[in-house]
Amino acid sequence: MASRVVAIIMGAAVLAAILLPLGAVWSASDGLVRPTADDWASIRFTVYQASLSAVISVGLAIPVARALFYRHFWGRDVVVMLMGAPFILPVIVAVLGLISVFGQNGLVNGVLGYFGVKTVSIYGLQGILLAHVFFNLPLATRMVLAAWGAIPTERLRLAQSLGLSGLALFRIIEAPMLLRVIPAAFAVIFVICLSSFAVALTLGGGPKATTLELAIYQAFRFDFDLGKAASLGMIQLGLAGSAAVALTLIGVRTDLGQGLDRPVLRIGDPVWRIILDVFHIMWAAAFLLVPLGMVMAYGLWGISSLGGDVWIAAGRSILMALASTVLCLGIALCLMHKWGEVIGSLGIAISPLVLGTGVFLMLRKIGNPFEYALVVTLCVNALMALPFVLRILRPAAEDTRAHYGRLAQSLGLSPWAWVRWVLVPRMARTLGFAAGLVAALAMGDLGVIALFGTAEHATLPLKLYQLMGAYRMSQAAAAAVLLVGISLGLFWLFERLGRRYA
Amino acid sequence: MKHLTLAAGLLAATSVVAETPVLSIYAPDYFTSEWGPGPAIEQAFEATCACDLEFSAGDVLPRLMLEGSSTNADIVIGLNTDVTKKARETGLFAAHGQNNADLDLPIAWADDVFLPFDWAYVSFVYDETRLATAPSGFEDLVNLPEGSKIVIQDPRSSISGLALVLWVKAVYGDQAEAYWARLAPKILTVTKGWSEAYGLFTSGEADVVLSFNTSPAYHIAAESDLTKKAAIFDEGHYAFFELVAKVAGTDQPELADQFMSFVMSDAFQSLIPETNWSYPAAQPASAWPAVFADLPMPDKAIFYDDVTAAQLRDEAIAEWRRALSQ
Amino acid sequence: MLELKKTVVTQGTFHIQLPDLAFDPGVTAIMGPSGAGKSTVLAAIGGFIALRQRSLFWEGVDISQYPPSKRPMAVLFQDNNLFPHLSLFRNVALAVSSKTRLPAPQAELVEQALSRVGLAGMGERRPSDVSGGQQSRAALARVLLQDKPIVLLDEPFSALGPAMKQDMLDLLADLTAERGATVIMVTHDPNDAKRIAHKISVVDRGTATPPMPTETALATGGPLAGYLSG
Repeated sequence: MASRVVAIIMGAAVLAAILLPLGAVWSASDGLVRPTADDWASIRFTVYQASLSAVISVGLAIPVARALFYRHFWGRDVVVMLMGAPFILPVIVAVLGLISVFGQNGLVNGVLGYFGVKTVSIYGLQGILLAHVFFNLPLATRMVLAAWGAIPTERLRLAQSLGLSGLALFRIIEAPMLLRVIPAAFAVIFVICLSSFAVALTLGGGPKATTLELAIYQAFRFDFDLGKAASLGMIQLGLAGSAAVALTLIGVRTDLGQGLDRPVLRIGDPVWRIILDVFHIMWAAAFLLVPLGMVMAYGLWGISSLGGDVWIAAGRSILMALASTVLCLGIALCLMHKWGEVIGSLGIAISPLVLGTGVFLMLRKIGNPFEYALVVTLCVNALMALPFVLRILRPAAEDTRAHYGRLAQSLGLSPWAWVRWVLVPRMARTLGFAAGLVAALAMGDLGVIALFGTAEHATLPLKLYQLMGAYRMSQAAAAAVLLVGISLGLFWLFERLGRRYA
Repeated sequence: MKHLTLAAGLLAATSVVAETPVLSIYAPDYFTSEWGPGPAIEQAFEATCACDLEFSAGDVLPRLMLEGSSTNADIVIGLNTDVTKKARETGLFAAHGQNNADLDLPIAWADDVFLPFDWAYVSFVYDETRLATAPSGFEDLVNLPEGSKIVIQDPRSSISGLALVLWVKAVYGDQAEAYWARLAPKILTVTKGWSEAYGLFTSGEADVVLSFNTSPAYHIAAESDLTKKAAIFDEGHYAFFELVAKVAGTDQPELADQFMSFVMSDAFQSLIPETNWSYPAAQPASAWPAVFADLPMPDKAIFYDDVTAAQLRDEAIAEWRRALSQ
Repeated sequence: MLELKKTVVTQGTFHIQLPDLAFDPGVTAIMGPSGAGKSTVLAAIGGFIALRQRSLFWEGVDISQYPPSKRPMAVLFQDNNLFPHLSLFRNVALAVSSKTRLPAPQAELVEQALSRVGLAGMGERRPSDVSGGQQSRAALARVLLQDKPIVLLDEPFSALGPAMKQDMLDLLADLTAERGATVIMVTHDPNDAKRIAHKISVVDRGTATPPMPTETALATGGPLAGYLSG
């Protein structure tokens, strides 16, 4: 009973944190405006690129996840973890990494040039898709891999024992599983790609690639047209929100937090199948890790040239990431039911610009918004990571409830005792993974701090941009290495802690 | 003895902290960062004013528009002429109170609200190791060697990008859209802001980048790199001014006036070139550091006041968008 | 005869040293304490865990490197024996074909197997629409239709109530005895063994005993005495 009250209050608070800022922007405007023809073109392009990005990411994730599921090799866990890195990279770092591999003077064109082949251009729709697949292939792979891991081992053994052919195995076991996980993975990635801005612009090659988020930015920054910003923000929330809600209502379980440690031995697979699987693992690892390696190689030597301010900003970023993690997990633990997940998924559906501006307008009424800069940043970081965390935690929480709920009831455990002695210990491993993800996402987020940031509050991503803005490109590269190192370090540390207490 | 003075000073500072008047200045993020002019300006002004100067970094204009008359800002610094019409219409700003004749600019300055503190010419910067002949006009950009690429900023998200479309509009008039269509094949990509574009240029991804004619000064002074050059166009260059203004409703009018005078002083002006990498607005070329004085200068300045810029803007951006969307 | 030659079975960090073991036609139970590795031994025989070369022979042929489907064995697990999204008919039919349209003679065989286990006319139902006992019968029908000389069972029917479990064990014993099949059954319940097994192999302390007559193993002072009393 008490826990239900907490859940309702928390759900209402999260919903308010998303909708009130949008309302604040609306009410400060002269009223909503109809989108222009150019806006509709942007909306169409946004949906088009997000759909394509999601289709390709999920399509490529299937063979990769299959290969990772059926092949076990030394270092598999490390490969799976590192392959998740692009998902938590700051946009600017990832873009520079991709350009160093696929750009005009990148590795790929270098090799092509050596053989006298004409250079290929990254700029255009292909560049946007490349970057979005780079960011989201790890997430898609993880989701599909988890779905594979959720197939009961007996069922796979039964199929082996019955001698089902590869095709029959696919039709009878794998296809139904994929049909359930594919819409889920598609919807998540579609929503993430809807709010793409800097990636779409830089790699899109020009105004053809105008996204909704750019139109919102323009409305705020140049036209100062709050009515338009609110209108476009609502369209974006509507598009992403309906995808997120539909996904949750389909009720597909996507256990992101498990399914990695139960490989199934396959005796007697044909050699071509093994070669194909090795091929899929190799290309995915190369595609995801080489751009990351290029960023590291370029910036590593410059780390010692970074001034004390950058290190202080790094420390501040770490503290903020940790605080965001605690806040996000705290909210998530109260919202682990279906409607909680629906509400939580709106966190990635709202434009960060609309959110930040709305919060600013609301805080104006109670004082100087800059005094709340840190708190606001913490809340926004927690809100943005909430959809992922709920998706990771909910299945594990439901399992725990199903297995031990009755026992806890018969023992008369209080809600707190339940969380303290059953839920958290049973879910330690999943919690560790979720915490690592929030910390890394919060670490790399520039987000609202750019709107609220004062010199005293500069975070590491902000310092990175300041260095670039002051011509110091090589120091910016070094700051990027530091940022990636800390993000991955936090992720690794939390996942490790979770395993230790599992 | 020295230590004693320092300690006394610290004590004095803490004991008077409550009464010390605070001058609040809104400024862009690049301005207040430790690599921008902000910290040195703060130190220099505080040495003369017995006050506490506080920078507040972020998107200056949107924030001011959101806050309206209840803003805490006393001074706003870092606006650009192409976007000040809306700001002016809010009536939030007071007269700057300085003598425009003391400015040393390529054009005559008549605005008595927004005061320029630095300037530069919008220019295309290239790497001479990768581009054999310097472009000397917009037509040369269209005719760059096969494979050479330009990166520019989006006029909808970047003020330098906006300055470029106004510049092209000034040079080509009704033919601006046709020019953009001809230039389109040479444009590698369009970025959100200056940093992304300049990053692509320095990493060797593009051969030419839209920046300022003062950009090479950084490479010469800080990196002893003489290969980065600004292309000087025969058609003339769009002049880009950064502005400072006094908020009418300030609760520190004297301090604000004192700061506006300080902006015009040599103490402020001398800090600008090697922190903001631009020309100071109230110093003759003879007072500039050598590395700036030696930079090549265009013969002709092109400039739109904020009313004209606002009138031309939507059309110029629409032409740009149509031509580059083909 | 199924013969396991002296070998080591490894799963992760867990090892079992096995001596020579021979299994006759009839039911042999594998018993032992929880966690001793009963299921691991069964998984090795079934081909789900790798075995060394020349460590498993059927009628004198080395089958240790055969994939599970090529071994002369049918398998029944503790649960998850049926695919929940397929009808009982389709589940059983997988023993002979995974084609979407089953040829008439094969369909007839499936129907026969279903009626043999008492599920005549229930083929179109899904596993979730029938009782636990009926699910077990359907799984047994499939084992029947696979028509393999060896049947491996891992704690079969343990989810059923005692009476129903006894029925199923009897049905299993009848059906396999008819064909002279070799049945190897992992169980922790001595009553299961007493009911249908003629021999018992005890897995404990990282090794296993050769199959011995059920009465000997379960007798007072026998190898399972301590386990039974504890």
